Amino acid sequence: MTGWSTHEGIAIAFDRESVDTDQLIPARFMSTPRSEGYGDFLLHDMRYDGEGRPRPEFPLNRHPEVSVLVTRRNFGSGSSREAAVYALVDFGIRAVIAPSFGDIFASNAVNNGLLPARVDADTVDALIGALGEGEMDALIDLATSTLKIGESTLPFDLDPVWREKLIEGWDDIDLTLKYRNEIASFRRTIEEEAHWRLPAGAG
Amino acid sequence: MQRTLLDKLWDAHEIHRRDDGVSLLWVDRHLVHEGSHHAFAKIAERGLPVAEPGLTFGVADHYAPTRGKPATSAIARMIDTLSKNTRQHGIECFGLDDPRRGIVHVIGPEQGLTLPGLLINCGDSHTSTHGAFGALAFGIGATEVAHVLATQTIWQTKPKSLKMTVTGDFGPGIGAKDLALHWISELGADGARGHAIEYSGPAVRGLSMEARMTLCNLSIEGGARFGMIAPDETTYSYIKGRRYAPSGADWDEAINAWRALPSDAGARYDREVTIDASEIAPVVTWGTSPEDALPVTSTVPTLEALAPKQAERFRSTLDYMGLRPGQPLEQVAIDEIFIGSCTNARIEDLRAAAAVLSGRQARVPGIVAPGSQGIKRQAEEEGLDRIFKDAGLEWVGAGCSMCVAMNGDHVEPGRRCASTTNRNFRGRQGPGARTHLMSPAMVAAAAVTGHLTDVRPLLDGRSAA
Ligand code: SF4
Repeated sequence: MTGWSTHEGIAIAFDRESVDTDQLIPARFMSTPRSEGYGDFLLHDMRYDGEGRPRPEFPLNRHPEVSVLVTRRNFGSGSSREAAVYALVDFGIRAVIAPSFGDIFASNAVNNGLLPARVDADTVDALIGALGEGEMDALIDLATSTLKIGESTLPFDLDPVWREKLIEGWDDIDLTLKYRNEIASFRRTIEEEAHWRLPAGAG
Repeated sequence: MQRTLLDKLWDAHEIHRRDDGVSLLWVDRHLVHEGSHHAFAKIAERGLPVAEPGLTFGVADHYAPTRGKPATSAIARMIDTLSKNTRQHGIECFGLDDPRRGIVHVIGPEQGLTLPGLLINCGDSHTSTHGAFGALAFGIGATEVAHVLATQTIWQTKPKSLKMTVTGDFGPGIGAKDLALHWISELGADGARGHAIEYSGPAVRGLSMEARMTLCNLSIEGGARFGMIAPDETTYSYIKGRRYAPSGADWDEAINAWRALPSDAGARYDREVTIDASEIAPVVTWGTSPEDALPVTSTVPTLEALAPKQAERFRSTLDYMGLRPGQPLEQVAIDEIFIGSCTNARIEDLRAAAAVLSGRQARVPGIVAPGSQGIKRQAEEEGLDRIFKDAGLEWVGAGCSMCVAMNGDHVEPGRRCASTTNRNFRGRQGPGARTHLMSPAMVAAAAVTGHLTDVRPLLDGRSAA
């Protein structure tokens, strides 16, 4: 994953609450290899009608260039499927602004360079009101944790660890392998002092 | 310093803590399923081996057919890929032909893989189920699954602690599912976000392991990171003698370690909530979020109390669900039922449903999918399968089935299903499916009458099992 520190793009409102990961990507698409791209699956059953035709009034269909979604509380709740993040990222979304996120979703997002930015419910309400059905230029600065949408600039909440990770584009596996020795000695302690923790008959 | 169960579990797994407060934790058990293919692809890309194949177990459940062969070639491929990946890395796999197979959160405990004091990860949000044993158990995404495969560790920030004390006695026919839906409706689907819940109090102590698993399973639907219950004699007697559970000297050591796990008297929590079990009625959901839950004796909410914006979203929910504001919930007619999932497909759940269905006919079709093949055999020995079949329901093989509609089992658009599962999300049981969540006894009651129904009168003169 490559890091980023600023993003200039287009914001729209997605005026829904509790958009769960089953809606972000319905389960039936999840057997697809990632290399084929997940963008078409994003919010599939809202974006397309029963015949597979795009619903013209749906926000993503009206604004296919969008990269910043402003939405309501509890975004990404539910299933841990990282495919929900793949669908957003492959569609071109770089940041989601909401009052709250599902915990697992938020951590999956950061692992894929997608910003889950928390902004309080009243501010989100005002932003959604200002955006209406239109779009506005958006500018995100991770270093200062600020967001500019149209004329208003506002701070957002982001765990400092996650901010670092988004900026540096860290790969956790590389980082963790630096602790190889500590891990091995922890493993040995379990074997010697808490053998019951290992599955019986498996070592 | 007095420590909570969470503190003790955390300390027993922390390999390293960075200056920014993030901990590197040891993972005792890693469970993978068909959906873990992204993670295996990630480690393959980097040419990394699986660090601890002996601590990793594979399970075919999400795509497992419940009747005969896999429904499509894509589904067959998902199951095949799991077999190939586990074989290649020397991981034991409870595959389609294994008589022990079942839903990952059902067979972990059943096989004795789930123990108090362990950290258990799985690329599935309902991993919180295993917390019922006093384990640190949580769902992770594919990038994290790849990380656990490669290192047997996970980076986590310690969540805040929430103590949920449940006092009083449950009424007849009311239990863990009602309790869970009740607190989620009170606190909200994100009410416990960022928290580890420890369920405690006399009403929780009185629950069986099955019921505790139901309760911890649903923690994620209230946004919690983990759900946990400190182990006690009920826990130990459930575990003893199971295939992968410790025995001999290891068992004695384990018991000693487990007895030290419960929170110290006077330990501090970040938040505390108290619930009176005697005030809980049988609960059903009416909307498309688990927080949209109410006693079955009440009505669909009305618009009056809502701000205009909220009213619009509410209308869209009711439109999807095909309900009217103010409609009595007991008048909602259903088209079918589903009894299954990692929430409510253990032997006790099947007994509770059978207690209502025994000697009665279901007015609507439906399927009963046991949580594991082991539970299936046990239910058949107890004659529960006959009760379901005689009622007109279909008795099928183990798997996630209609909980997530990945294996081909699904609810047709616009049809209404009374379901023992955990998510009433739009499209969860199939595009356009309308899901009402409730306990196994309540689903059985709905099957008998053909509409959402208070199970209590149907239990008159019967034991609730
Ligand atoms: S039964 Fe449902 S919730 Fe449980 S693991 Fe399977 S799909 Fe997930």
